[in-house]
Amino acid sequence: MQTKNTKTFYLIPYYVWIILFVIAPIGLIAYYSFFDLSGNFTLDNYFNFFTSVYLKLTLSSFWYAFLITFFTLVIAYPTAYLLTKTRHKQLWLLLIIIPSWINLLLKTYAFIGIFGLYGPVNAFLNVFGIGETQILFTDFSFVFVAVYIFIPFMILPIFNSLDKLNPSLVDASRDLGASSWTTFSKVILPLTINGVKAGIQAVFIPSLSLFMITRLIAGNKVITLGTAIEQQFLVTQNWGMGSTIAVFLIIFMVIIMIITGQRDKGATSIGKNK
Amino acid sequence: MKDITRTAIGIIAVCIVLFGINKYLSQNSGNAGSDTVTIFNWGEYIDPDLITQFEEESGYRVVYETFDSNEAMMTKIEQGGTSYDIAVPSEYAIEKMKENDLLLEIDHSKIPNLSNIDPYFLDLAFDPKNKYSVPYFWGTVGVVFNPSLLDGQTFESWETLWDPSLKGKVLLVDGAREIIGMGLNSLGYSLNSTDEKELLEATAKLKKLTPNVKAIIGDEVTQLMVNEEAAVAVTFSGQAADMMWENESLDYAVPLEGSNLWFDNMVIPKTAANVEGAHEFINFMLGAEVAAQNTDYVGYSIPNAAAVELLDEEVTSDERFYPPVAARDHLEVYKNLGLEMLGKYNELFLEFKMSGN
Repeated sequence: MQTKNTKTFYLIPYYVWIILFVIAPIGLIAYYSFFDLSGNFTLDNYFNFFTSVYLKLTLSSFWYAFLITFFTLVIAYPTAYLLTKTRHKQLWLLLIIIPSWINLLLKTYAFIGIFGLYGPVNAFLNVFGIGETQILFTDFSFVFVAVYIFIPFMILPIFNSLDKLNPSLVDASRDLGASSWTTFSKVILPLTINGVKAGIQAVFIPSLSLFMITRLIAGNKVITLGTAIEQQFLVTQNWGMGSTIAVFLIIFMVIIMIITGQRDKGATSIGKNK
Repeated sequence: MKDITRTAIGIIAVCIVLFGINKYLSQNSGNAGSDTVTIFNWGEYIDPDLITQFEEESGYRVVYETFDSNEAMMTKIEQGGTSYDIAVPSEYAIEKMKENDLLLEIDHSKIPNLSNIDPYFLDLAFDPKNKYSVPYFWGTVGVVFNPSLLDGQTFESWETLWDPSLKGKVLLVDGAREIIGMGLNSLGYSLNSTDEKELLEATAKLKKLTPNVKAIIGDEVTQLMVNEEAAVAVTFSGQAADMMWENESLDYAVPLEGSNLWFDNMVIPKTAANVEGAHEFINFMLGAEVAAQNTDYVGYSIPNAAAVELLDEEVTSDERFYPPVAARDHLEVYKNLGLEMLGKYNELFLEFKMSGN
């Protein structure tokens, strides 16, 4: 009886936390999304979302989030694979993770200098006779900086699943005559797919709502759902519309979570059955 | 279980102590209303020496806090919490604060230095008879440019911004009112237009500017212009003055079709705990010598005629920052268009931003 009481006691902070910081804010957002500027109950915000401006905004957010996730994955998977092969893998992993401890804004500001007309990148290009190029405030710089920021979040889950992979399975596959490609696509990839999915979740979802980078690195030429929400709350003071966009953002996130969710329980259990 | 009880009691005890300290502190700052003046101002918008001087002369202690947007300032005042005695909003924000009943009336008999202010800046539409506000600084929206990076363009007209030779060279300030207003002005319309057709026309015109736009950003404009990363920027005169101070090759122009004339005024919010001290501070800031010293530090245009007399002739005769009255005719003050219209402006601005790709 006493242990049961203690258990409930320990759970209280958890419930308080969930209610105050997860359920209540989402509830408030949903609540505000039904009110217009003068405080009347309305569904107009939702209809408004389906006008050209916001639809275009959503599409472009998804497109950039896709690009960012794609390039992060392309870089992170081989890196994580090589990491598992190195001798001091924990050290290498730490070196990759350390930059993610530095404040995001500081890193972003650094890139303003690096990509500037008189920055090191342009100086480097000049050596090869390529004149001053506008790098800052382009799509390229935006995707580049976002990929740089998200890489640790992609490497970590992939590294973990690759590290857990039983090497004898790979050996067995090779012994039985499979080519490198077949081994990768039929053995390694299926066994690490959950790491990849977790990585995609950790990158794609925050990419949809990036907002400081869109201003500092893309010069507001790239607009994401995050920028739009910030504008609605701080400038327009239209909390209803801001909340509506936030509601859609949450819906998109849930959909992505479901798509990338760990349905394939079989693979994990095989991985663990060493 | 014993441990948990002990921990719980410990936590509760700490909470009680903290609560007590908090209450003591807030009581202190609340009750101290009579001997402190709490000022809420934009960043870098006063000469700190003047605060010390005011403290010495009046015997009040000054608590100085800063904000970075009118909206943030209004939200903080609406919430209460801190008892601000002085705030410095822009004109459209004053209109809104008046509507929301957030301001106290100013007793003119306690501010004899009001006579120093150029009458041109008194009794304006946003605050008739200056019932709630007293001018602090003023300025315009215009174009900062770097002649050494251009081939002779001078920006007497907004049209110059659309010049194909400026491809990828123009920075814009990230403000819907400023940029849509610029589009409206360039077509000869009022920057307070609420006419759907005019607004759409202005947006269409702005979309044609996209190839020339390098970025739409905030305070970063200053650094980019100073470092000569960009040739042209549409921004506020005060920011322009900052840039020109750091990079002497820069120049500033207000296009002749029209532009925005803005004011930042001192007000006494409803939250004030020391109304007497607030009046004293306003009167102090309006003193000719104090205002002149403040202008030297801040670099914006001062509406104080007596201070203008004291300032360097070179500064006050600079028509870029002190345009003669005749030239001010084509300038307009922002009207509070209401949240609905502001939303419309922002949506169009968003549309313009997205036309970039």
